[in-house]
Amino acid sequence: MEPSLARYIWTHTRKQQIWILMIVLLSMIPYFMSFDLPKLIVNGPIQGKGFEQPGTTLPFMRLHYNLPFIGEVQFFSGFQLDRKETLLALSLVFLLLVVINGLFKLYINTYKGRLGERMLRRIRFDLIDRVLRFPPIYFKRVKSAEVATMVKDEVEPLGGFIGDAFLQPVLLGGQALTAMLFIMVQNVWLGMIAVVIVIIQIVLIPRMRRRLLVLGRQRQLTARALSGRVGEIVDGIGAVHVHDTSNYERADIAARLGLIFKIRFDLYQWKFMVKFLNNFLAQLTPFLFYMIGGYLVIGGRLDVGQLVAVIGAYKDLPGPMKELIDWDQDRQDVQVKYQQVVEQFTVEDIIAPGIAALTIDDPGPMTNPLSAVGLSMADDGGAMLLNRVSMQVKPAETVALVSTPTGGAEALAEAFARLNWPESGKVASGADDLLELPEAVTGRRMSYASSDVFLFQASLRDNLLYGLKHAPLTSVTYDGAAADQQRWNMDEARWSGNPDFDVHSDWIDYASAGATGPHDLFEAVRRVLDAVLLSRDILDLGLRSSADLTRHTKLAGRIVELRAALRTRLEQEGLRELVVPFEPGAYNTEATIGQNLLFGAAAGPELADKALAANPYFASVLKQAGLDSTLYEMGMEIAEQAIELFADLPPDHQFFQQLAFMSAEEIPAYETLLQRLKNRPYEAVSEADRAMIITLSFAYIEPRHRFGLLTDELMSKIVAARNQFYENLPPELHNAIERYDPAKYIAAATVMDNVLFGRVGNNHPDAPDRIRSIVYDILDELGLYAELLDVGLDFNVGAGGRRLTGGQRQKLDVARALLKRPDFLILNRPLSALDQRIQDKVLRNVLEEARRDGHSPAIVWVVTSPAMAMMFDRVMVFDSGQLVEDGTHETLLAENGIFKELLS
Amino acid sequence: MLLKDEVGMLQRVPLFSGIEPAKLKLLAFTSDRVNYSAGQILFRQGDEADAAYVILSGRADILVDSDSGPMKVAELLPNSIVGEIAILCNSSRTATVSAASDLEALRIRKDHFLRLMKEFPEMTIEILRVLADRLSHTTADLIDARSA
Repeated sequence: MEPSLARYIWTHTRKQQIWILMIVLLSMIPYFMSFDLPKLIVNGPIQGKGFEQPGTTLPFMRLHYNLPFIGEVQFFSGFQLDRKETLLALSLVFLLLVVINGLFKLYINTYKGRLGERMLRRIRFDLIDRVLRFPPIYFKRVKSAEVATMVKDEVEPLGGFIGDAFLQPVLLGGQALTAMLFIMVQNVWLGMIAVVIVIIQIVLIPRMRRRLLVLGRQRQLTARALSGRVGEIVDGIGAVHVHDTSNYERADIAARLGLIFKIRFDLYQWKFMVKFLNNFLAQLTPFLFYMIGGYLVIGGRLDVGQLVAVIGAYKDLPGPMKELIDWDQDRQDVQVKYQQVVEQFTVEDIIAPGIAALTIDDPGPMTNPLSAVGLSMADDGGAMLLNRVSMQVKPAETVALVSTPTGGAEALAEAFARLNWPESGKVASGADDLLELPEAVTGRRMSYASSDVFLFQASLRDNLLYGLKHAPLTSVTYDGAAADQQRWNMDEARWSGNPDFDVHSDWIDYASAGATGPHDLFEAVRRVLDAVLLSRDILDLGLRSSADLTRHTKLAGRIVELRAALRTRLEQEGLRELVVPFEPGAYNTEATIGQNLLFGAAAGPELADKALAANPYFASVLKQAGLDSTLYEMGMEIAEQAIELFADLPPDHQFFQQLAFMSAEEIPAYETLLQRLKNRPYEAVSEADRAMIITLSFAYIEPRHRFGLLTDELMSKIVAARNQFYENLPPELHNAIERYDPAKYIAAATVMDNVLFGRVGNNHPDAPDRIRSIVYDILDELGLYAELLDVGLDFNVGAGGRRLTGGQRQKLDVARALLKRPDFLILNRPLSALDQRIQDKVLRNVLEEARRDGHSPAIVWVVTSPAMAMMFDRVMVFDSGQLVEDGTHETLLAENGIFKELLS
Repeated sequence: MLLKDEVGMLQRVPLFSGIEPAKLKLLAFTSDRVNYSAGQILFRQGDEADAAYVILSGRADILVDSDSGPMKVAELLPNSIVGEIAILCNSSRTATVSAASDLEALRIRKDHFLRLMKEFPEMTIEILRVLADRLSHTTADLIDARSA
């Protein structure tokens, strides 16, 4: 990148800088006119100069000029106006000038602001573009948070400076020079004094500011290191807690903050010191003028008028000078920041822009063999992982790479994936160096999965399809306001040197997944998920999440059918008692009292969980139904039992997981509450305390908790209260609850709850598993299996995919690699988190899936266990960074070499 | 059957007879009440052991796989505990237990059981006693078998 900020700005904004300078110069005309006008108004119409005779009129806006050779030429004779009319006209002109000046200012500021913001956008984009092209080794040394803070914060001040970068010095310099010239004209000697002081300022101040620059640089580096450390703490929070090092981290952060404070405070001290000196020098000049000028006047060598004029002119000098010096300070400041950032982003061996150029067309298959020629790979410390290995993988060949712990097969796989670059030798496709092929070829015709998976914080679907998003394949048409917005977006992108790719376009390369469009992509997705044995996990996720009804309309539309099918099926298998269905007129013994009362899913905070008992409307319904005191007594009983059972246990005891009524932290509060309320009549208890106690009863399930608190009478009262609750539901609560309706899908509930529409019996330990498999069967029969899988694919995987297990992440990575249907599939111990049995199964499925429909990709698989090698055409064995054996499974077995040794 | 009745049942199980009722109530509360109908399987031979069961009512058969199909080796009556050995030694189930009639049982989870043992040495000693007893029976059986 361009190391000098000034040149960088000039290269990209030359035309705009010149344009704005012209505008500023133009704006000077009305600006100076507005200076002159008050004098005209006061002297003319107000004081009556020229209007001495009543009824006199003077021409207004007369245009006449004295042109050389021609003499006086009159273009316009003007309007004849009397004194009052002239006052009005001149005042209106003044107003007009005020408006014009204001508009100029508005235009100039907007223009400068836009110029700055565009440049900022350009710089940020350039930086990220470089990040995308950094060689792999760079990422082992840099902390992601530091890069982020450079792109985000450190270049930010540049935006404000860019608009003034060239304008300010020209303008201020001009003003200062004019003032100086004026002084010189009045008196050379006094002029010389002013010049000397200015020179001292120009020489001394920047010199003093050098320390400011050093401090500024330190401030930037320490702040960046701080954000790197913060990022590290967040990423490594597990390690911090595991090792009880949080206080070490606290100390480290405190030390860093201390250092930053010291630097910043030093900076302040110097800054104000410099300011003081600057001001002092500026005030020194008038002192000299008075003294020396006065001396000259007394001596008769200077007249008073000149001295006053000089002092008057000097008033105009410090302002621009000060601003100029401030500008210079800004300039140096942003220059330092810019340089710091550019240094960090200037890396050797940066990938050429052409390698990742946007390619819309399909690059065509890779038909050449993939080879390593004298390939050596080293780790970051310089230790050799692979030592001059030559090998070749032909198209359509399946190769197992078997490696001893020091074998280096992983390094070979990484070299093929271009994740690490060769120390010497090369990886090649046919005669081409693999590193010189465009990513459009390697990223589409090859795919790679490893044990080290990175997932983006997005849905499972987005992560799975990520490997297909190479280029914007469709051009989206926009209408009306959206079209204008889109045009604006693209124009602005071009102005800032950003690419104009439309992120809303369909980026998914359906063809490479063997599909023709969104409608049949799902088939391909389902096949790869089945192959890596991930479908079941995703279905489970789907069952446990609530479906987005705008997307999954089928599920909602056929919910009645589903529920009926489940009932019939349970009936047939004699499992009717496993699920107790919700029926509008009956108490559900397997559900909590709260669920029985509400008989719906809370869709907002008003009626959810702990807020329910305190809700005034709900409390009034309980009172009307005569339930409030009953449930209160029940709550007291539960509180007593729970405290008797749990009071002695330490709060982290695992038994607390079984206590549905209250958390371990709430026990002491309930203990005191119980003591206070014991033997007190219900009427004397405050509303808030009642709610605290009644809440406890809401979690009660008789078959599970077995306190013997539920009677038939109570159950029928609860059902009656339920009906009352819905009859008079106030409008503000309509959106807070979705009533259970056997004919309706409940958007706020999970898919599983919707299908069940009831509660699984507490007394059947294997019921959830059995019901789940029945539900899957039914969904399949009704053709809704795909729909559920789609719901599961909506699941957000969390930061770095942490909401999935390690095994699930690895499976997803393999599925993503498979989905692309590549010519070369490189798998680098891809399933290490799974047990061997599952690995074998996935291996078999993947080999089969990759070859479906007559497709025959080459597969290079770094296996975790030598036994897996049996499934491949060819086996290569690596030991100590060397390829030591190469052949079919049978020949290697016959050889009695390392492979046989590894197998035993 | 209510929680307090379960506590009475647990007290009659030799393993728990030495434990104070309040703790037994906690054990009952944190355990799951499970129902089986005749023929249903509580757990199978070879399964991973995750819980012990106390029979509250009904009967259950202990079956062992043999060449000629499952072979009944013992019967469980109310107040007996089953499956506690396998959760102690992290091994898989050595036999299948199937309900011989309608059966009610308390299912004590493995982690809860181990936690209880840690907290109540008297229970641990009781378990040791039962184990030692079984071992001496087995040794006697072995001697009988050899001398026969």
